[in-house]
Amino acid sequence: MAQPHRLPQGGRVDRATPIRFSFDGRTIEGFAGDTVASALLANGVHLVGRSFKYHRPRGILTHGSDEPSALLQVDRGPGKIDPNNRATVVEARNGLTTSSQNRWPSLAFDVGAVNDLLSSVFVAGFYYKTFMWPRSFWDKVYEPVIRAAAGLGVAPQVADPDAYANRHAHCDVLIVGAGPAGLAAALAAAKSGKRVILADEQPEFGGSLLHDTTATIDGQSAEAWRIAAIEELDGYETVTLLPRTTAFGYYNHNHVALTERVTDHRETPAKGAPRERLWQVRAGEVVLATGSHERPLVFADNDRPGVMLAESVRVFINRYGVAPGRRIVFVTSGASAYAAAADAKAAGLEVVMVDLRPERDCGPEAADLRLKGVEVLTGQTVIETKGRKRVAGLVVAPCANGTVGDRRVIACDCVGMSGGWTPAVHLFSQSRGKLAYDEGRDAFLPGVSAQAERSVGAAAGLYDLATCLTSGYAAGAAAAGVAGGRAFAASQTPTGFTPVRDLPTDANPAKVRAFVDFQNDVTAKDLKLAMREGFESIEHVKRYTTTGMATDQGKTSNMNALGIVSKALGRPLPAIGTTTFRPPYTPVTFGALVGPARDALFDPIRTTPIHEWAAEHGAAFENVALWRRAWHFARPGEDMHAAVDRECRAVREGVGIFDASTLGKIEVVGPDAAEFMNRMYVNPWTKLGVGRCRYGLMLKEDGYILDDGVVARMAEDRFHVTTTTGGAPRVMNHMEDYLQTEWPDLDVFLTSTTEQWAVIAVQGPRARDVIAPLVSGIDLSNEAFPHMSVREGAICGAPCRLFRVSFTGDLGFEINVPADYGRAVWEAVFAAGEPYGITPYGTEAMHVLRAEKGYIIVGQETDGTVTPDDVGLAGMIAKAKKDFVGKRSLARPDVVAAGRKQLVGLATETAALVLDEGAQIVADPGEPIPMTMLGHVTSSYFSANCGRSIALALVADGRALMGRTLHVTTPAGFAAATVCDPVFFDSEGGRIHA
Amino acid sequence: MLLIDCPFCGTRPETEFRCGGEAHIARPTDPSALDDGAWAEHLFVRSNPRGLHAERWIHAHGCGRWFNAVRDTYTDRFVETYKAGEQPSHPIDDARA
Amino acid sequence: MRRFSLASLLSEAVGGHQGWGRQWRAPEPKPSYDVVIVGGGGHGLATAYYLATVHGITNVAVVEKGWIGGGNTGRNTTIIRSNYLYDESAHLYEHALKLWEGLSQELNYNVMFSQRGVLMLAHNIHDIQSFKRHVYANRLNGIDNEWLSAEECKAFCPPLNISREARYPVLGGALQRRAGTARHDAVAWGYARGADARGVDILQNCEVTGVRRDAGGAAIGVETTRGFIGAKRVGVVAAGNTSRVMDMAGVRMPLESYPLQALVSEPVKPVFPCVVMSNAVHAYISQSDKGELVIGAGTDQYTSYSQQGGLHITNHTLDAICEIFPQFTRMRMLRSWGGIVDVTPDRSPIIGRTPVDNLFVNCGWGTGGFKATPGSGHVFAHTLATGEPHPINAPFTLDRFRTGRLIDEAAAAAVAH
Repeated sequence: MAQPHRLPQGGRVDRATPIRFSFDGRTIEGFAGDTVASALLANGVHLVGRSFKYHRPRGILTHGSDEPSALLQVDRGPGKIDPNNRATVVEARNGLTTSSQNRWPSLAFDVGAVNDLLSSVFVAGFYYKTFMWPRSFWDKVYEPVIRAAAGLGVAPQVADPDAYANRHAHCDVLIVGAGPAGLAAALAAAKSGKRVILADEQPEFGGSLLHDTTATIDGQSAEAWRIAAIEELDGYETVTLLPRTTAFGYYNHNHVALTERVTDHRETPAKGAPRERLWQVRAGEVVLATGSHERPLVFADNDRPGVMLAESVRVFINRYGVAPGRRIVFVTSGASAYAAAADAKAAGLEVVMVDLRPERDCGPEAADLRLKGVEVLTGQTVIETKGRKRVAGLVVAPCANGTVGDRRVIACDCVGMSGGWTPAVHLFSQSRGKLAYDEGRDAFLPGVSAQAERSVGAAAGLYDLATCLTSGYAAGAAAAGVAGGRAFAASQTPTGFTPVRDLPTDANPAKVRAFVDFQNDVTAKDLKLAMREGFESIEHVKRYTTTGMATDQGKTSNMNALGIVSKALGRPLPAIGTTTFRPPYTPVTFGALVGPARDALFDPIRTTPIHEWAAEHGAAFENVALWRRAWHFARPGEDMHAAVDRECRAVREGVGIFDASTLGKIEVVGPDAAEFMNRMYVNPWTKLGVGRCRYGLMLKEDGYILDDGVVARMAEDRFHVTTTTGGAPRVMNHMEDYLQTEWPDLDVFLTSTTEQWAVIAVQGPRARDVIAPLVSGIDLSNEAFPHMSVREGAICGAPCRLFRVSFTGDLGFEINVPADYGRAVWEAVFAAGEPYGITPYGTEAMHVLRAEKGYIIVGQETDGTVTPDDVGLAGMIAKAKKDFVGKRSLARPDVVAAGRKQLVGLATETAALVLDEGAQIVADPGEPIPMTMLGHVTSSYFSANCGRSIALALVADGRALMGRTLHVTTPAGFAAATVCDPVFFDSEGGRIHA
Repeated sequence: MLLIDCPFCGTRPETEFRCGGEAHIARPTDPSALDDGAWAEHLFVRSNPRGLHAERWIHAHGCGRWFNAVRDTYTDRFVETYKAGEQPSHPIDDARA
Repeated sequence: MRRFSLASLLSEAVGGHQGWGRQWRAPEPKPSYDVVIVGGGGHGLATAYYLATVHGITNVAVVEKGWIGGGNTGRNTTIIRSNYLYDESAHLYEHALKLWEGLSQELNYNVMFSQRGVLMLAHNIHDIQSFKRHVYANRLNGIDNEWLSAEECKAFCPPLNISREARYPVLGGALQRRAGTARHDAVAWGYARGADARGVDILQNCEVTGVRRDAGGAAIGVETTRGFIGAKRVGVVAAGNTSRVMDMAGVRMPLESYPLQALVSEPVKPVFPCVVMSNAVHAYISQSDKGELVIGAGTDQYTSYSQQGGLHITNHTLDAICEIFPQFTRMRMLRSWGGIVDVTPDRSPIIGRTPVDNLFVNCGWGTGGFKATPGSGHVFAHTLATGEPHPINAPFTLDRFRTGRLIDEAAAAAVAH
């Protein structure tokens, strides 16, 4: 019979809509509205997993997100497989394939269960005490075995086909939790007309009202009140309702993060709908109505499948119409389980109630339940459970003043246990609010708030329905800044419990395994061992035993662990401390946190106006900062080296064209522009004539080179500054910082113009011939327009700033045109150059050409620890300037000391050998390790123009070592190289002035 | 993510801003007059308190202007923000004072 | 000290483990000690251990305001490597790595040092230049480090995506095979147990509230929440709180304390064989013995003692991880946390004397202190015992900020042209 444990009536499931999914290959039938857990129980499946360490059979402990045991691998289709899904929150639907985890070969017969036999060895912290000999065995033997045993499910193996969305939202009041307190808060806040967001992790709003079927509110059934409340809220345009949405993180300044599960529960999701959506809400006020978690009881073999929380038994019966057992024993130390027992009885199930409290401490509930024909035993303790993969009996005994009486076995197929309640203060704690221990409720409750936040209902330790509603309503009104509260009339909730910690037993304590953390297999005995070994802070106990560190993060175990430690040490519970809660409240997919930030949206890609032309002409590209730059233009049949050789020769012999648009550009304008430049750069600027350019060198205040670039004086009060490609934002920020905060008296404006200009470098002996026909308004003759000059005019009719500058050492121009003209001008220049064999070249050829001339690249010859003198540029420093950024640091003792690394050239003995960039340099290759390193190769290329390899290097006292043979590391050993001048080509420098 | 009150634009999320470290460390007018110790103090030594801290922020993805803030480095709460060149209205327990 | 071994574990198993004693005592403070170490993290406890074992100085107290190992020792991503560029750093971290290699046996405490290899990915030409520079320099310093092609990276770390179409394609990587991870808490506990057994007093819940100095200005002890404790020498090893403690002695430090966040995923079966770090996309990842993916990245931008940072840092860290490992988007973040890291202007530590006589400091480890724990403790113990730095920590003076002899590993790696 399908669903043999489905009750004939009741529950919120849609009996008209049957669904099917599979569990470990078996088809499971259920109804729409089921969770995987409720459907499994409806089919009598209690054994759903194996525990982390001992591989003990485990069942379903809870009905919600606090579930530690029932974790499944879920397959939602190709690429949509993921581990560790809590069966109690996964909504059952057609097409799901679920399977148990951490077992081999099968769930019923699991070889790993041998660990359970060795449990007396595998106690808390056992691995710190062994696996140390022989030493080599750790990496090769022990650790692989431990790792294979650890872990629960299997990680996804292929890229995720699902999409994830991200949304930022603002509201006046964010209410977390839509149980009675949260709904009441929302009703009150909504009336104010302010923007309200109400979120709940469950598919339906209502919290406990969804299963508290006998409750009444204001004279109507709780269900009727719930429906009316949601309808009212739905009617407000200012209210956003978010079911299936978990608030998982409470960050600074009321920044709350939530994940909404959008499509996992749908068999056929809307096209393009994301799987999940991350909400980042900035809330004026937050109301935390997050409820509470029931505590398990700690007794021997309390982890047997069929043993669950009392309230969860009630939820499965009332909300899902499922009988978790036919003969249920409830064990409790408090009042709430009586409601569960009564509902179970009313559903026609056999019920026995075992109360751990003496008769006199039991409330009127005990008598009421007896009147319903239920046997109620009081003053009891639980010795153990019977059964193997499913509970078959509960062994109880009367217990008074620590004396345990005669045992009695109560046959059963389900145990509902209740050790009291723990408010869900996770978000409150994350908000940095101070928790305060309340002895009467045996719980840490929200104390002093740190942010604009209020906790209400069970989250604040208020368990009675009417009180929940009243506290929620008041908080909602206050959060919305409106006056008013109201009283609610509601049926009474049985509340109150006596904390019991681990239960007294007459069994040999060494044999008792009473679980505290079900998933990590931590027993009360483990906690006591930790204390014996001196781990007394709760944080130490946690880390030594791993209690509370499983995927449920201790929702069911933390208070039991604290209580047991407190009792064992004889110290009050607050003295043990509570752990600080940290995000997330429940596990959050990486996908939700990443959202759409993948590939090109991970980091933007910047391209120049000439990018498409380069792509069309066969360019290979390299990433430089966020830019994509043409690296080389290999022709069919050419490799990169051949292409670069060809491009380099073309520039020296004819003319090349290069896209320099990525260079950073800043317009420095104002009456004090020259003074500002004097302070920012090492160079002097006052006397630089209009129309002239100068190579500028910029330091950080610590004296090390920050950036460099050609600077042109466009007018007395206007400089066109260029920076390195990657350095543009850094330089702009650096300048703005000094201008705004140190020298606000200077009348200067800075504007980033990097993307306003396309820059086309035309370099080589024929450069002038190529551009001359296109340029108007500028005399290009050497006399009128010498090297390091700038002119404004037009090219192809487009306005341009034409620089006569060169980063190749040959005659060169850099044409700056407004970016929109970039490609057209480039194409015109290219066409004009075709008679001269104009050759597009990429960044690699650019690097080679400048290295032939010994020109540095900041970031390659320099690394943030290099001074101007180190790279031979001390001459750039204006001697007369009293101050500039970095000047003082250049006078520090270790910056002027001998032995600093200096820029030199290196010529390998084997002319064809191209050294590795980054290779290290030594004087004596025979020196034993560690060797004395003199420096390293910063740039290294084969130079077709020199007919040999060339290299630049930073070498200790390098300028004094000219002509010396040093030895450079290569993948095959050391190679000899001679220290030489860093200028390898045209050392007289005549070509640049051609 | 912090919420920061730019004195020019109003309250904006932290991702629009860049923090520039401790405030009110004026660059000496004549650094060359300082000995190495005093220069190192200026460059590198910071009060780094647990508690109120005057610090510099720039509304980088906004108005682009630097300003100052007093923030409690234990609670991360801002006490105030104010324009560059101004002094905080709250006294800051500064070991240098 | 009761020796840990398989035999002792089995014999205790028979008796229900009733025979294990405290791993370290909970003594009352003595009026004075030869050395008082402020800070019961890994570095402080290691310092005490080596003072006792190497220098025979056992009249030592470690004072800790909370519980030992509760600061950055218990809040890091446990990466251990020594592939640093400059000789000074390379020698320091390699000294530590060598100690790591025998640490479980030395301490008789399994710290689970796992030499699973640290692979640093190169995503652009600048990375290649920089990493090769590291590889060559490391090898001449006797430190293993090798260059791998993208395909070799993939073979070493099969989950890696080496598609050239990626936003930041993997162009190769530098692999230090001897590098890896360890069980962070065990390091603190193992050193505590070893130090305690030799007579060191570990004083938890004992917060330093002042540094007492004599008329000549020399430090003579610390005021604490458990009373004054005299000391011939005081060593401050207080990580993110160093500025505060040194301030009590009137010493202003070149330090700033930033939040550093990290996170772990839910545990899964072995899927990730090594440690992978990427500077360009800025994140690092490994898998713990327990099966959790352990993930970290950079600090928040502002100083803070809150042990808490912003979600956007976490988001961007995971953006980076999923960019390199797109199959992990369905994994779930289980836990996140923050530490307080003390950062110097050159991101290298300060280990040595201070302007106050008898007051020594070991700080400024920034985001990378865990890996140095044994080496840091070893050389600082030497410094405290002799009053002079060990040759390995001699370059890491406070005075280098005055003279300009900075040791700036980050600057050497992080500049892009």
